[in-house]
Amino acid sequence: MLKVLDSAVPVACWSCSVAHNDATLFCPHCSKIQPPPGGDYFSVFGLEPRLNLDLAALEQEFHRLSRRLHPDRFARAGENEKQWSLADTALLNDAYRTLKDPIHRTEYLLKLHGAEIGDEHSGKDRRDPSRVPADLLEEVFELNMQLEEMRMARSAGETDTELQASLEQAKRKFDGLLEDVDKDLRNEWQAWDEGDDVARKAAQNKMVALLDRRRYLSNLVRDVTETLGA
Amino acid sequence: MSDGRVVGIDLGTTNSLVAYMEGDKPVVIPGVDGSNLVPSVVALDPLPPNGGRPTVTVGNSARKALIETPERVIYSVKRLMGRSLEEVRNELKFFPFRIANDVEAGEVPRVQLGEMRFTPPEISAYVLRQLKRNAERFFGSPVTQAVITVPAYFNDAQRQATKDAGRMAGLEVLRLVNEPTAAALAYGLDRAKEGTIAVYDLGGGTFDISILKLRDGIFEVQSTNGDTHLGGDDIDNLLLAIALDEIHAEHGVDLRAHPSAVQGLRKAAIDAKIRLSSEQAAQFDIELPNGDRYQREIPRAVFEQLIEPVLQRTAAPCRQALADAGVTPEQIDEVVMVGGSTRIPAVRQLVDELFNLSARGKRPHTELNPDEVVALGAAVQADILAGASKTTEEMLLLDVTPLSLGIEALGGVVARIIPRNSTIPASATEHFTTGVDGQTNVAIHVVQGERELAADCRSLARFDLKGIPPMSAGLPRIEVRFLIDADGILQVSAREQRSGKAAQIEVKPTYGLTDEQVESMILDSFDHAEEDFAKRLLIEARNEADTILSAVERAPQNPAWQQLRGEEQAAILAARDYLSSVKQDNDLNAIRNATVALDQATRRFAELMMEAAVTSAIRGKTMEAAGEELGDEVTAPHPMAPAEFK
Repeated sequence: MLKVLDSAVPVACWSCSVAHNDATLFCPHCSKIQPPPGGDYFSVFGLEPRLNLDLAALEQEFHRLSRRLHPDRFARAGENEKQWSLADTALLNDAYRTLKDPIHRTEYLLKLHGAEIGDEHSGKDRRDPSRVPADLLEEVFELNMQLEEMRMARSAGETDTELQASLEQAKRKFDGLLEDVDKDLRNEWQAWDEGDDVARKAAQNKMVALLDRRRYLSNLVRDVTETLGA
Repeated sequence: MSDGRVVGIDLGTTNSLVAYMEGDKPVVIPGVDGSNLVPSVVALDPLPPNGGRPTVTVGNSARKALIETPERVIYSVKRLMGRSLEEVRNELKFFPFRIANDVEAGEVPRVQLGEMRFTPPEISAYVLRQLKRNAERFFGSPVTQAVITVPAYFNDAQRQATKDAGRMAGLEVLRLVNEPTAAALAYGLDRAKEGTIAVYDLGGGTFDISILKLRDGIFEVQSTNGDTHLGGDDIDNLLLAIALDEIHAEHGVDLRAHPSAVQGLRKAAIDAKIRLSSEQAAQFDIELPNGDRYQREIPRAVFEQLIEPVLQRTAAPCRQALADAGVTPEQIDEVVMVGGSTRIPAVRQLVDELFNLSARGKRPHTELNPDEVVALGAAVQADILAGASKTTEEMLLLDVTPLSLGIEALGGVVARIIPRNSTIPASATEHFTTGVDGQTNVAIHVVQGERELAADCRSLARFDLKGIPPMSAGLPRIEVRFLIDADGILQVSAREQRSGKAAQIEVKPTYGLTDEQVESMILDSFDHAEEDFAKRLLIEARNEADTILSAVERAPQNPAWQQLRGEEQAAILAARDYLSSVKQDNDLNAIRNATVALDQATRRFAELMMEAAVTSAIRGKTMEAAGEELGDEVTAPHPMAPAEFK
């Protein structure tokens, strides 16, 4: 994961030799492009690490920086500037991709603060029964049975409309639960952004738990969608 | 660095074009025959008798050779770009490519053209060189830099192959641009509109759909999807298959055995398809080799019914692209049509339905010539890259990677590290460690695709992180950085963090040409170094000699051998010994003549083998099994003409 580097180390600009703060994409003195700065994704946009973001302003800044950094602007520049433009733009795009999405943004910020967050794509915890949220145990058990039945019916070339309807209903229910999680997450954002250290820590713990639940639910919904759509 | 002109090139499956910005307007540069389109067809001219260097013909004149000497001509080579031998074998079901059969797995397949063999990027390089020459003739000055378009859904290997082709043609490829995005640039130029647009691009061999957001001159691609095996070719094949079947059934002539007749019929099918876009019916009227005439009318309704399944295959990618962009069809403000196949009324009807256009009082955009719009857009992008132009200084294209990038994790599962539709350049950093004490290598497998298992995705590269300092298992911490550049091509770098040592990586593409191979294929080096050419011809001739020698080596084991008369056997063995003896000399013509002589000596033997194969087929064996007994001469199943493995 990206480390928050000490951004107070002064570096001399490669072009004009004037020292500048490390965390900058352009030399404040001569405006030339600089190698990728340290610092987190928020600092790329000159933002404080916060969960509530003005997305329209973020997009505008993304476009403004893209115009200056993009490799298209350096097609005929020297080799170093070309390389930096590529690396800086990759950093900008990675940062924008992460910050514009509320879930990715939350995960990213919590990880910056040392939270352990499961990997969305690691297949191994997908169907691990110990990860089932306690309040959903019964329903998940039933759903998995239905999914299995559905797959078997499918492979036998049968259509079970009753089962189909019941799965669709389950999907709606879990979709609703997902929305609830998202609402709960947003409620914690403010606590994190504006609270003191204690409130932050509490919000962080709640969000880690919510993200776990969310990941579980969205995998479930994906399984149902795939089985229904197969 | 050069301050010359940058041209925009559309390297198409069927046709290719070169364009440039004339003031504030992109225009296509015509060829010497006055035509804007250069057919992507390459023909190998008859070899000079004294072993001089061979020449090729590109474009319309090559297309003429398609009827007379189809074995020396290749078209639609874009379908083979960046494809592995296995993928190419699949392609043979649809196209009569002649693939050299002595290619090892992992090597780039080569196409047989007359006496010579070429990799797909070399063939494309000939087309590019023709476009470069057209532009140079037009400007009266050298052209060395270009933007080349590729289907948005092209993967890493296909993009790399296109770049390689540019380099072989003597062009510095400043950027690869996705075709639908290029089309959006061409339209966006005189519109300066804001909003969300969809580009529906159905070309000769590929289908792309892209959703873009336009704002203040920034063209930001939201999502892209497509099918690199879907296009007008498929429609031609449908018409062709019907004609071939009917000719076979009604006139008892199987044209599939006559490549040049199939080419003639294909041309008639294409003409019929084109007529059906403006007329209610089209006619086939073909003279058959036995003097009969095949006459057939195809009403438009029948044609539309026939092609419906092909057109429907574009619907799912459109829906996926909309979902990925997070928009509904009704939120699409404009739809831009690209590619010759969008002239078909049924295609326009389908697009109208997919995006609910006429109900909203809208029509798809067809103002720019769908054959030219991609090249025009490439010229706009070329102008952006060249800088210093008022027209394009406010414009910027932000494109995405069409496929997710992942690495193979434990159990063959894919860990996705850069999701599809991420704006490029994009990067991801992953950490790896060792599993055994003192381990100094870690193997990594990079894949591209959306499936959950690595085996179902496209393998991009396997590489070893080497030179890890020996430490206890789990202690090394190797940081690997994956970066997709603005051309959509992957770069990898690595560093061991505890020792600070840069781990050495050799990224071995699972498939592709090495830098050295590309270097050796640069066309100008052929043009100027006759010695290289002579060497290459010699190697080709020896390869051919080896192929026939090894077949003759196995001959005595074949039952057909016993049916030969004693003097026939002796003649074959003598011709074999002679070829073996001249093969090592550097006399190209001697090797060629001896090869031909051996081929002729074995002709009756080959006929006997064929008869035996047919007899065994009649006895209930499948033709395929019979083919296997014959050795390497299996022909791939193919609706139009036998594919040949030479």
